[in-house]
Amino acid sequence: MQFMLLFSRQGKLRLQKWYVPLSDKEKKKITRELVQTVLARKPKMCSFLEWRDLKIVYKRYASLYFCCAIEDQDNELITLEIIHRYVELLDKYFGSVCELDIIFNFEKAYFILDEFLLGGEVQETSKKNVLKAIEQADLLQEVRYLFSSLGTSMLS
Amino acid sequence: MVVPSLKLQDLIEEIRGARTQAQEREVIQKECAHIRASFRDGDPMLRHRQLAKLLYVHMLGYPAHFGQMECLKLIASSRFTDKRVGYLGAMLLLDERHDAHLLITNSIKNDLSQGIQPVQGLALCTLSTMGSAEMCRDLATEVEKLLLQPSPYVRKKAILTAVHMIRKVPELSNIFLPPCAKLLHERHHGILLGTITLITELCERSPEALRHFRKVIPQLAQILQTLVTTGYSTEHSISGVSDPFLQVQILRLLRILGRNHEESSETMNDLLAQVATNTDTSRNAGNAVLFETVLTIMDIRSAAGLRVLAVNILGRFLHNSDRNIRYVALMSLLRLVQSDHSAVQRHRPTVVECLQENDASLSRRALELSLALVNGSNVQAMMQELQAFLKSCPPDLRADCASGILLAAERFAPTKRWHIDTILHVLITAGSHVRDDAVANLTQLTGGQELHAYSVHRLYNALAEDISQQPLVQVAAWCIGEYGDLLLEGNFKETEPLQVEEEEVLALLEKVLQSHMSLPATRGYALTALMKLSTRLCGDNNRIRQVVSIYRSCLDMELQQRAVEYDTLFQKYNHMRAAILEKMPLVDRGGPQVDEEAKESKEAAQLSEAAPVPKESQASQLLDLLDLLDGASGNAQHPPLLDPSPGGALVHLPDLPCPPPPAPIPDLKVFEREGVRLNLSFIRPPENPPLLLIIVTATNSSENDVTHFICQAAVPKSLQLQLQAPSGNTVPARGGLPITQLFRILNPNKATLRLKLRLTYNHFGQLVQEIFEVNNLPVESWQ
Repeated sequence: MQFMLLFSRQGKLRLQKWYVPLSDKEKKKITRELVQTVLARKPKMCSFLEWRDLKIVYKRYASLYFCCAIEDQDNELITLEIIHRYVELLDKYFGSVCELDIIFNFEKAYFILDEFLLGGEVQETSKKNVLKAIEQADLLQEVRYLFSSLGTSMLS
Repeated sequence: MVVPSLKLQDLIEEIRGARTQAQEREVIQKECAHIRASFRDGDPMLRHRQLAKLLYVHMLGYPAHFGQMECLKLIASSRFTDKRVGYLGAMLLLDERHDAHLLITNSIKNDLSQGIQPVQGLALCTLSTMGSAEMCRDLATEVEKLLLQPSPYVRKKAILTAVHMIRKVPELSNIFLPPCAKLLHERHHGILLGTITLITELCERSPEALRHFRKVIPQLAQILQTLVTTGYSTEHSISGVSDPFLQVQILRLLRILGRNHEESSETMNDLLAQVATNTDTSRNAGNAVLFETVLTIMDIRSAAGLRVLAVNILGRFLHNSDRNIRYVALMSLLRLVQSDHSAVQRHRPTVVECLQENDASLSRRALELSLALVNGSNVQAMMQELQAFLKSCPPDLRADCASGILLAAERFAPTKRWHIDTILHVLITAGSHVRDDAVANLTQLTGGQELHAYSVHRLYNALAEDISQQPLVQVAAWCIGEYGDLLLEGNFKETEPLQVEEEEVLALLEKVLQSHMSLPATRGYALTALMKLSTRLCGDNNRIRQVVSIYRSCLDMELQQRAVEYDTLFQKYNHMRAAILEKMPLVDRGGPQVDEEAKESKEAAQLSEAAPVPKESQASQLLDLLDLLDGASGNAQHPPLLDPSPGGALVHLPDLPCPPPPAPIPDLKVFEREGVRLNLSFIRPPENPPLLLIIVTATNSSENDVTHFICQAAVPKSLQLQLQAPSGNTVPARGGLPITQLFRILNPNKATLRLKLRLTYNHFGQLVQEIFEVNNLPVESWQ
C-alpha cells in the first residue's frame, strides 16, 4: 500500500498515512485531487478506480471515506478486507465508532492503524492481538516513568 | 499568570466551532503562537499535548514544521506518552527530505535495544514508515537482532521493518535472507505473514533469492493447505475463510516462485485446484482468495485444465451481483484475452451483457474486452451489439466505441458492402465522436472500394438528412465530389432507385458550405467537391462558378485561397480543369495515408503560382508538380499527365525538393486520322516496379467535333490491365479540351508489353472504328 486517506463527505481530511516519501506539497496535491475524484463517484459505482498509475480502493462507512492507494500487482478485493478490518478495529475500540470519535481521538486512530499495518503491509491478522496491543500501550501511558532496566515482556 | 494551555479536545472543539475559514485561521494562529511559546519555555510535561494539537492543525493543512525538533525531544523522553506522540509526530512531520530526520536514528537505536516491547514497537513502526536509506543502513543490525527475539509482537514488526529496509537499501537483502527459512516454521500468523512478505520482496529483487526459495514451496503449500482445510477459527477467520490475508500472500508468493518455472508450477497444480474449489465464495473474503488463485494460475505454467478452470471462475465472477467482483473479472479477462483467447471467447455473451452496466468504469472495461473478442466468425453479431451500445453509451465512451467498431470492421468485414454499411452507421450514430484521423481513413477506404455508386448514394441520403455531424459531412462531401456522376446516373442495383437532380446535389453542397455548423475543414471539403462536380456534371457550371467566386472574399484564409485557385482554374486554365479534377484511381487498401485534399490543393496552388509563366512551360510545371507529389507521397497515384501542345516532348525540370525521379519514358504517338490524334505517355513509379501507367490523350485539331469517343485496350494474358473511366467522350474541334484516360498495367514478370487498341467515335457525321496494335513501345515501359 502506498497511502491511506480518511476524509469526510465534505472533503475534510481525518487521517493520512503515507508509506512513500513525498513532499508536503505533493501530498496536499494528491489529497486534493483524489478527494475530488472519489467524492465525484456515484453511489452505485464500484469501489475501484484507476488514478495516475495507481489503483485506488475506497469504501464509504457512514460519513467517512476510507481510501487506499495500492500498486498494480496488489489484490483489490483483499484491500477491501483490509479497510473493513480497520473499521472493525476502530469500532471495537471506540464502541460503535463514528466520525466524531476519529476527529477527537485522531492519535488513537493512528495508533490502532499502526498495530494493524506496518510499512504498508498487514502485520497482524488477529483482531484480538491488535486490540490487546493497544490496550497494553494505553495502560503504559498511565505509568509515570518507564523502567529502562526492565526487560521482561509486558505483552506476549 | 500562566494561561493554562488548551487540552487537545478543547482545541478541536474550538476549531470546529469557527463559523468561517477566517475565524478558523485566527483560532489556529493564536494557538500556534501559544504552542511555539510553550515549546520554547513551557512545561515539558505538557509538551506531548502541545505536539498533539500541532499535529491536528497540521492535518487541517496548516504549517507545522516548527514542531519537528519537538518530536525529537519527545522521542528521547523516558515517558511512554511522550514517545508515543513524538514518534507519531516524526512519522507525520519528518521525512527523508528533512535533514532533521537523521537525528532520530540514535533514539530509535536506543529504544530498539531497551527491551520494552511497546517502545520497540513504536521505534520499528516509525522506522518502517519514514526510514530513509541512511537510517536503514545504520539500524540494520539492530533490526536483525530483533528477528530472533522470543516475543512475536516485536518479531513480526521487525520482519516487516526488514521489508522496508530492503526496499530502501537492496543490499541489505544479504542480512535478511538467512533467517527466513527458520521463520517459516513459526505458527504465529503475524510472523508467517511478515516472513512471506519478506520472502516475496527478496525474490522480486534477486533471481538467486528466487532460486533459493523455490525449495520452500512444499512448506508454503503445507501452510496453505492447512488454512484451507481447517475449520472455523474465531481468531483468524473472515466469513468462513481462514485468514484470507495470509492465504492471499502465500498465493502471491507461489505465483512469483512458479512463474516461468515448469517444475515448480507442476507441484502447485493440485493445491491451486483445491483452493479454487474449496473456497467459500459467498462473501468478499472468499472471493479475494479465489481471485488471487486465478491470478496465480494464469501467471505460472499451470496445466491446461487448470487454466480453463481459472477463466471459468472469472466468467462466474461476471455474473456476481457484487459489481466489484465483476470489475476485477473484466480487468483480468482483458489481460488474458491475448494468451487464452478461446477460453475467454466462451464468455463472450456475458461480457457483452456487461456493456449495459451503469458504472462507467465497468462498461468501459466491457467495451475494451468486447472489442478484443471480435473475430472473423462473430463479427456480424458483435457489431450489432456494439452498434446498439454506441447509441446508448455515455459520451466519453463514444469515441472509443466508434473507433473500435471501425477498426474491427476494417479487420473482419465479410463483404465490402457490409463494411461500408457499418461505417455509415457509425458516422450517422456517433458522427461527432469519430476521431479526426478516421475521416482520412474512411475517404481512403471508400475510394478503394468498387462500390462507389452504392457508397455515394447512401452517403448522399445520410447527408441530406443531417448536415451537423462533421466527419459524416466531410466523407459524404468528398464522395459526392468524386462520384457525383454515379450519383446522378441513378442506377443502383442494391438499393431503391432514386432520381437525384443536379440542382439538388449542388444545393446540398451549398447548404453545407453555408451552414454555421460546418467546420472550416468541412467547408473546404464541400468547396472542393463542388469544383470536382464541375467536370462530372453535364449542365453548365454557372452555379458552381458563382459559388466559387463568392468565396474568393471569404474571411477564412484556407477557403479564400481555394476559391481563388478554383476560380483561376475556371478562368485561365480551363483546359486543364478536367485533368486536374479527374477521379482518383483506386487506392490500395492498407497503403500509406494519402490526403487527397492536400494533393489537390497543392496542384491548384502550384498552378496559381505558375500564372505569370509563359504557356509552353505549363506542361513542365505540371510535371514538376507530379514529381513533387511522387517524391512526397511515396504512393503510386498520379493525376494524368497533360500535353496541350500536341507531340511536344515533355521537359523535365531538375531542381525539385524530392528524390530524383527516373528518366521519363518518351511519349508515343500511336494514331492520327483527319486531325484526331492519340498520344500515349508512360509512367513507371519507382516505388512500384511492376506498375506501368499509360495516359492516353485524344486531341482534335480538325474543324469538326469528335463525339462518343470510346477507347478500349487489350494486353497479353500475363499482364493485368485496368482501364479507368475517361475524362469524357467528346473532343471539341480546333484543339478543344482533350480526352484523357488512364491505363494501369501490372507486369510483375517483366513480360514483353504488347498493346492493342480499339477506337470508336463519331467524326464528320461518320462512325469511325479503328483496331490496331501499338508498335514501337519503348522498352522502358516493361523492362
